[in-house]
Order: sequence, then structure tokens, then C-alpha cells
Amino acid sequence: MNTLKYQSQAVAKPYFVFAMILFVGQILFGLLMGLQYVVGDIVGTLIPFNVARMVHTNLLIVWLLFGFMGAAYYLVPEEAETELYSPKLAIALFWIFAAAGVATILGYLLVPYATLAEYTLNNLWPTMGREFLEQPTITKIGIVVVALGFLFNLGMTILKGRKTAINMVLITGLIGLAVFFLFAFYNPSNLALDKYFWWFVVHLWVEGVWELIMGAILAYVLIKVTGVDREVIEKWLYVIVAMALITGILGTGHHFYWLMTPEYWQWIGSIFSAMEPLPFFAMVLYAFNMVNRRRREHPNKAATLWALGTAVMAFLGAGVWGFLHTLSFVNYYTHGSQITAAHGHMAFYGAYAMIVMTIISYAMPKIRGIGEANCNKAQVWEMWGFWLMTVGMVFITLFLTGAGVLQVWLQRLPEGGEALSFMATQEKLAIFYWLREGAGVVFFLGLVAYLYSFFVKEKTA
Amino acid sequence: MSESFTKGMARNIYYGGAVFFFLIFLGLTFHTTKEMPKRDHRHNITEAVERGKALWEENNCIGCHTLIGEGAYFAPELGNVYIRRGGEAGFKAFFNGWMKAQPLNIPGRRQMPQFHLTDQEIDDLAEFLKWTSELNTNNWPPNIEG
Ligand code: HEM
Ligand code: HEM
Ligand SMILES: [Fe+2]
Repeated sequence: MNTLKYQSQAVAKPYFVFAMILFVGQILFGLLMGLQYVVGDIVGTLIPFNVARMVHTNLLIVWLLFGFMGAAYYLVPEEAETELYSPKLAIALFWIFAAAGVATILGYLLVPYATLAEYTLNNLWPTMGREFLEQPTITKIGIVVVALGFLFNLGMTILKGRKTAINMVLITGLIGLAVFFLFAFYNPSNLALDKYFWWFVVHLWVEGVWELIMGAILAYVLIKVTGVDREVIEKWLYVIVAMALITGILGTGHHFYWLMTPEYWQWIGSIFSAMEPLPFFAMVLYAFNMVNRRRREHPNKAATLWALGTAVMAFLGAGVWGFLHTLSFVNYYTHGSQITAAHGHMAFYGAYAMIVMTIISYAMPKIRGIGEANCNKAQVWEMWGFWLMTVGMVFITLFLTGAGVLQVWLQRLPEGGEALSFMATQEKLAIFYWLREGAGVVFFLGLVAYLYSFFVKEKTA
Repeated sequence: MSESFTKGMARNIYYGGAVFFFLIFLGLTFHTTKEMPKRDHRHNITEAVERGKALWEENNCIGCHTLIGEGAYFAPELGNVYIRRGGEAGFKAFFNGWMKAQPLNIPGRRQMPQFHLTDQEIDDLAEFLKWTSELNTNNWPPNIEG
């Protein structure tokens, strides 16, 4: 049975499948690091912590990018009411990106990082060795090439078709993603400038242009599963993304407090970033509002659950946990502690991992020719995956927050002579780290249940 | 949302607001980069400091440590390690010994890898960490432990 409106939407499938494979890798390395936190020599010197961390965070970013690309290839043609400009280009770029990604991860794992830097001629244009931007320069160039081809393909599709609000917000978000990535190529020998512009990639991604991508995908899925009038949903979408940029751009200041910058950033950063939860809160209101006003009962219950869950978890992770440490006088004590890690986890999962799983949940049954929705049994497995992963992440966040509060208490608040050293503090936090690892195992079981749902079929009578 | 507030108005706030606040952000960035030299002491960036930063990056030190609070939270803050571990009098001797002693191989303890750096390279890294410790971070961290 063919259930796609435009055949070229099917190019999203390899993107989604590959994203899920990388997701599994990300979590396995997360579990390894969780153990290294408490049993430092668990794998001897085989996989140093920094290597596991690069693999964990880079796999995360890359699978989210695969997810965003799949989402765009799926929804842009349908919104534009025309076939994708070039499905062949989309498939070719898939293989280039996948090959570059796998080669880079293998590079991290198989040779010492300094050797990888040497082989990839990092000295010619040094860009490596900064958090989240560890990729060899040649990989970064590859990412730019893939992004350009991708934007060209989508741009041509939108130009020849309908320019809906969803398409416009999505494409501005994706263009912003590519443009801000260019700051990854700027690495001056002055650390002060390096750090300042590093945030142009990291902050302006997750608290800027990625929110546009998330908002557009959420709006699309809500229109589909609720049948609510497009005019209403699109008006909300514009309001939400406007709030995101108005607060989030100057909100970048919450990273400048301690970076060789004038003090006024402590005011600007605190005030604007304190308002960053607003768009996330609006997303919760709007998602629940639209589902309550639904004009149809969509058979894909799991997709609706993911859409609502994304809004709630993004609000908790980014909004609530972000607000927790964003005011400069709080951040003075929490900066770079386990509280940062707690927030990073729930925000990345709630906003971006979940929005990708939302669109996968909605789109995959159609791409696979199953119909509007998976069979009931498969949806039950999928919803088990949803709950186990989400509850697992809530507890990961709570345990890391506990660790962080105690860390601040022991290491940061006391005067110089009385404060515990970093390493002595870490020993006191061991119980929280063990509990975090336990919650991580629950998360992993959820991921297994979720992936298993793709293979569950209705018994044929 | 009220009917008199149209989708077109929402769209204009989106594009207009984004451009407006981005321009303010660029203006402040321009001002900040003008102010920075007073706080980063860039005239003290010697060739050794530059080489040290490259070594810091090529060995992915940030994968375990924080530097002025950014990086990984697995190992101690190094933005002020120069001060914490002896400063002018003692840091270089401490640091050379430290780098050579890795991995410490204390059972169960978090491990720092052996990077096989030469004495010259260790000295460059020390110069980088010394320069970093002199940056004006608006008084962060709260105490010497980082
Ligand atoms: C979905 C959106 C968001 C994601 C994915 C996200 C993710 C992250 C991550 C990964 C970090 C750590 C960066 C590093 O390694 O140094 C971080 C830091 C931070 N985030 Fe967010 N964040 C989001 C939204 C927010 C919001 C809305 C706020 C404020 C209300 C916020 C406040 C902060 C602050 C203050 C820090 C710095 C913590 C420190 O000083 O160590 N974040 N965020
Ligand atoms: C089994 C589950 C997981 C475990 C045990 C785990 C463990 C860890 C550990 C130990 C770190 C390094 C912290 C440090 O620098 O010292 C880390 C970093 C990170 N992980 Fe996970 N992780 C898990 C799942 C996830 C998931 C599902 C996401 C997002 C969807 C995620 C996103 C991140 C991010 C963004 C960072 C960097 C945080 C920062 O810089 O503040 N992790 N993780
Ligand atoms: Fe931020």
C-alpha cells in the first residue's frame, strides 16, 4: 500500500534509520562514561574518558542533524505540494554524510586524538579540540558541503511550490544552522576570542535556530494529528519562534559572564535568558490546546504522545532547568558543575531528541507503506519506549542535579582554605553517580523497547 | 489568541524582531571585542602560549577538564591551576612531574592518559596555562579549588 502523497518524501527513510543507529551508539558510550565516573579504570586505558565523551556528544549532534534532514525531506515536499527538487541529490548526500560521520568516529576510537589531528593536517587550519567541535577540519568542510547541497535541494523545492509558514520557519532555521556553523572555522590563538565566538555555534544553535526547526516540525505534526485549522497553528508558530529569537539572541549573554567581557553582560544575559523559558512554555500551552481542540481522532496515538511529550520535556529541560542556573549570581556558583550536565541532558533530550522521534513516529508508518499508523501492538511497544526513556531521563537529571547541588556546597561555597578539592568532592558524589547510571540503564531499556516497536507486526489471522 | 492579531502581524514580529535583536547583538559584540584587550592581556600571548594552546587542543584536554568553567566535568578546572599548584615558584616543576607520572594507575581512580609530550611541549602548555590564569574573568571561580 502506498500512503505517501509525494513519492520523494521516501528519501527521509535512510536518514531516520541511520539516526536511530547512531542514537544507540550514543547511549552505549554514555553508559560507559557513567561507569568511568565511579570506577575510573573500568576499561583501563583502552578508551579514555575524553574519547568516550567525544563519541557520545558528536554522535548526538550528528544523529540530530540526520533527524532534522530527514524531517525536512519528509515535510517540505508535502507542505510545498510538489515533489522534492532532486531525490538523487538527497540520497547522494546521505551517503557522503554517513561515510564522513563513520570515518570520524572511527578516527576518534582507533588512534590517539593528537595523531588524528596530525593525519588530518589540523596545523594547516586548526579547528579541533574544542568542546562539541572536535571533528577534524576536513570533516567540518564536509559538513558544510552536505549542508549546502541540502539547503539548495530544499530551497529549490520551496521556490517551485507553496511557501507555507511551516516551510519558511523551517528553512530559516536550517539556513541559520548552516551559517552559525561557520564560526566553527574561527579559532584564534587568543582564548578569549575563541571562547566568545564558540558560543555563536553552540548557544545560537540550541537556543536560537534549532528552536525554529523544532517549532516547525511540531507545528506540522500537530496539524496532521489534530486536524486543527492551519491558520491557527501557524499564527502560534510565528509567535513562538519570534519569542525564541527575541529572548535567545541576547540570552547568549548568559555564557559571557566570566569570559573577559564587560560586566553589562551579567545584566543583559540574566534578563534576556530569564525570558527564554517563555517560548517553551508557549509550546506546552499550544500543543495541549491543539490536541484538546482536535477535529479528528488520528489513529497514531504514539505520535500524539511524542508531540505532547516533546513540549513538556523541552519546557522542563530547557525552560525550568535552564532558568535554575541562568541568573549571573547563581551561575557564579554553578558554572561548569554537574548542574550544567543535568540541564544539558534534559534539554537536549526533551527538545531535540524527542522532536526527532516525534516526526519519525508520525512519518515512518507512512514511508514504510503501513498506513496512517502502526498496529496497536507496535504502538504499545513504542509508548513503553517513550515512557521508559522519558522517566529514565527525568531521573538522570534529578540525580545529576543532586550531585551538582552537593558539589557546589562542598567545593564552591566555602572559603578557599575550607573548600574540598575537585577530586575529593567527586568521591562524595559517588552515590549520585551510581544512581544516575541506574537511570541510564532504564533509559537504554526504553530505547530497546522503542526500536523493537519497529519490528512488531499484527498477527495475520 | 484574538482574531484581530493576524498571522501576518505575527510573521512580521518574527522577522523584524529577529533582525532587530541580532543587530543589537552584533553592536554589543563589536563593543565587547574592543574592550577585551584590557581583560585578556593579549600582548602577553607569546609564541610559547600559542603553541601551548595548540597542544591543549590537539590532545583534547577539554574532553575531561573545564577551562574557565567550560568543557567536561570529569576532571579539575584548569583555568586557575597555575595558581593552585604553585604559581611562579612551583608550577612548572609540579606540572612537568605531573604530566610524566600519568597514568597514575591508582586502582579505581579516574585515569588521565599519558600524552608523551616533550619537555619543550610541557613548557609550552605551562605557559598557556599561566597566561590563562591571568585573564580577567570577573572573579570566577569563587575559590581556588575551581
Ligand atoms: C533546548 C534548548 C537547550 C539546550 C539543548 C541546552 C543545552 C545546554 C548545554 C549542553 C549546555 C552546556 C554547554 C557546555 O558544555 O558548556 C548548556 C549550558 C547552559 N544553559 Fe542551556 N540549553 C538549552 C536551553 C537553555 C535555556 C532556555 C536556558 C535559560 C533559561 C539555558 C541556560 C543555560 C546556562 C545558564 C548554561 C551555562 C551553564 C554553566 O554556566 O555551566 N539553556 N545548555
Ligand atoms: C544512558 C544514558 C546516558 C548517560 C549515562 C550519559 C552520560 C554522560 C556523561 C558521563 C557525560 C559527560 C559529563 C562530563 O563532561 O563530565 C555526558 C555528556 C553529555 N550527554 Fe549524556 N548520557 C546519557 C544519555 C544522554 C542523552 C539521551 C542525551 C541527549 C539526548 C545526552 C546528551 C549529553 C550532552 C549534551 C552532554 C554534554 C553535556 C555538557 O557539556 O554539559 N546524553 N553524558
Ligand atoms: Fe545558552
